[in-house]
Amino acid sequence: MSDAPVPKIPKIAVAGLKKSFGSKSVLDGLDIACDAGESLVIIGGSGTGKSVLIKCILGLLRPDAGSIRIDGEETVGIGNAARARLMLKFGMLFQGSALFDSLSVWENVAFGLIQGRGMPRQQAHQIALEKLASVGLGPEVGSLGPAELSGGMQKRVALARAIAAEPEILFFDEPTTGLDPIMADVINRLIGERVRGLGATAISITHDMTSARKIADRIAMLHKGRIIWQGPTAEIDRADNPFVDQFINGRAEGPIQMEVRAA
Amino acid sequence: MTDFLASIGAAFLTFLAAAGRLALFTGRALAAGASPPYYPRMIARQIVFVGYYSLPVVGLTALFTGMVLALQSYTGFARFNAEGAVATVVVLSVTRELGPVIAALMVAGRVGAAMAAEIGTMRVTEQIDALTTLSTDPLRYLVLPRLLAGALTLPALVLVADIIGVFGGFLVGTYKLSFNPVAYLTQTEQYLATTDVVSGLVKAAVFGFLVALMGCYQGYHSRGGAEGVGQATTYAVVSASILILLSDYFLTQAFFAR
Repeated sequence: MSDAPVPKIPKIAVAGLKKSFGSKSVLDGLDIACDAGESLVIIGGSGTGKSVLIKCILGLLRPDAGSIRIDGEETVGIGNAARARLMLKFGMLFQGSALFDSLSVWENVAFGLIQGRGMPRQQAHQIALEKLASVGLGPEVGSLGPAELSGGMQKRVALARAIAAEPEILFFDEPTTGLDPIMADVINRLIGERVRGLGATAISITHDMTSARKIADRIAMLHKGRIIWQGPTAEIDRADNPFVDQFINGRAEGPIQMEVRAA
Repeated sequence: MTDFLASIGAAFLTFLAAAGRLALFTGRALAAGASPPYYPRMIARQIVFVGYYSLPVVGLTALFTGMVLALQSYTGFARFNAEGAVATVVVLSVTRELGPVIAALMVAGRVGAAMAAEIGTMRVTEQIDALTTLSTDPLRYLVLPRLLAGALTLPALVLVADIIGVFGGFLVGTYKLSFNPVAYLTQTEQYLATTDVVSGLVKAAVFGFLVALMGCYQGYHSRGGAEGVGQATTYAVVSASILILLSDYFLTQAFFAR
């Protein structure tokens, strides 16, 4: 970790990524790169393959073709042990929070520390309470069950769980979906704070433009399995791309035709 | 004609693919047990869930199985004056066959279904993906403890079921059929060999493993929300029940056929 950073190598570099389910091609030669410390937001309609992209990078899905390099090292097709080491770099906030409902809130937050890294429970409990505090939740929440919390609170707990082990790379899958605008803003702000606080690299996927503008350094748009536009957040309104224009203005008419069937 | 053959071939290939997937799943789950970390908390929790909480339902079914067995064999054997064999028939049937099979079927309905529903819900709510991102192998954390609990706990349950089943037969024999209690017990013990009980316990271990395996496998591969989880639960119980009866035949043959 003390090595001087090599600026040429992107933190995450995806090249020519392909993934199909049956006869349906979801990712079709996708290329995207993300520098260390950068917050990249990928936008795109439902069913365009945003989640599939993230799951490929995480190693939850095996791509059909292409390359995914993390810190310059190829990760497609690596063995279980190498994958397990790589996983320690990642943190992920799932769309539906995906909290373990058989465990209490603090055990959820501490899960990666206790089970994944073998930390003693006492110590992990302390860290879990600190992480809960950092997302604005008091220690009394720690002993509740996830089912006792509202959707917004669950999102906060899930965020605390994603950052608990201080990962280098964070993934956010539709972080504001299903939340009211105020809670969405709270989550957006927390994501911004926590990502900067850790100095982490972040890739988020969303179709919520308000959220994208708030958390992104750079925005990329995914359509039909490829990145059709990317640029700094400030430039998206001047993108001069009919697809981007239709998407960010939320118009039914335009070049994007909604897919009927899910990916 | 070729269409007909093609459909048979397709069905056969689907079957082979499913068998292969199941074998790989089993192999990977068991291979996870070759190295630490182990999750003793999860194993203990599953043992309590599979064993302790199944006691009432298994005990009750075993009791009535023993009772009906005594009644049936008495009325049936009376036709050729063999009523005296009732105690022997009850104890051999219960320990060799009915104890393990009935306990396993009850556990398939209670535990296999619950495992499929729980793991299936974890699958469709991305909790299994979340485990992976938290550096925890879901096969090691979720599946292996359930397989171990199934294989270790069912023999204990069956031993209890054996005792209660024989006791059920004793109750009917002495209170309803007017056997002498001492004679009934002597006869129960007289022809009982260790292999009768042991073979039943070995069967129980295999059945327990199969029930947990089908619950985990179907849950792990469920998809498509509530409907998918419901389907996984059904498949888990049906496939476990079929596998129990199927493997029962072959285990019996391995033990007793010469």
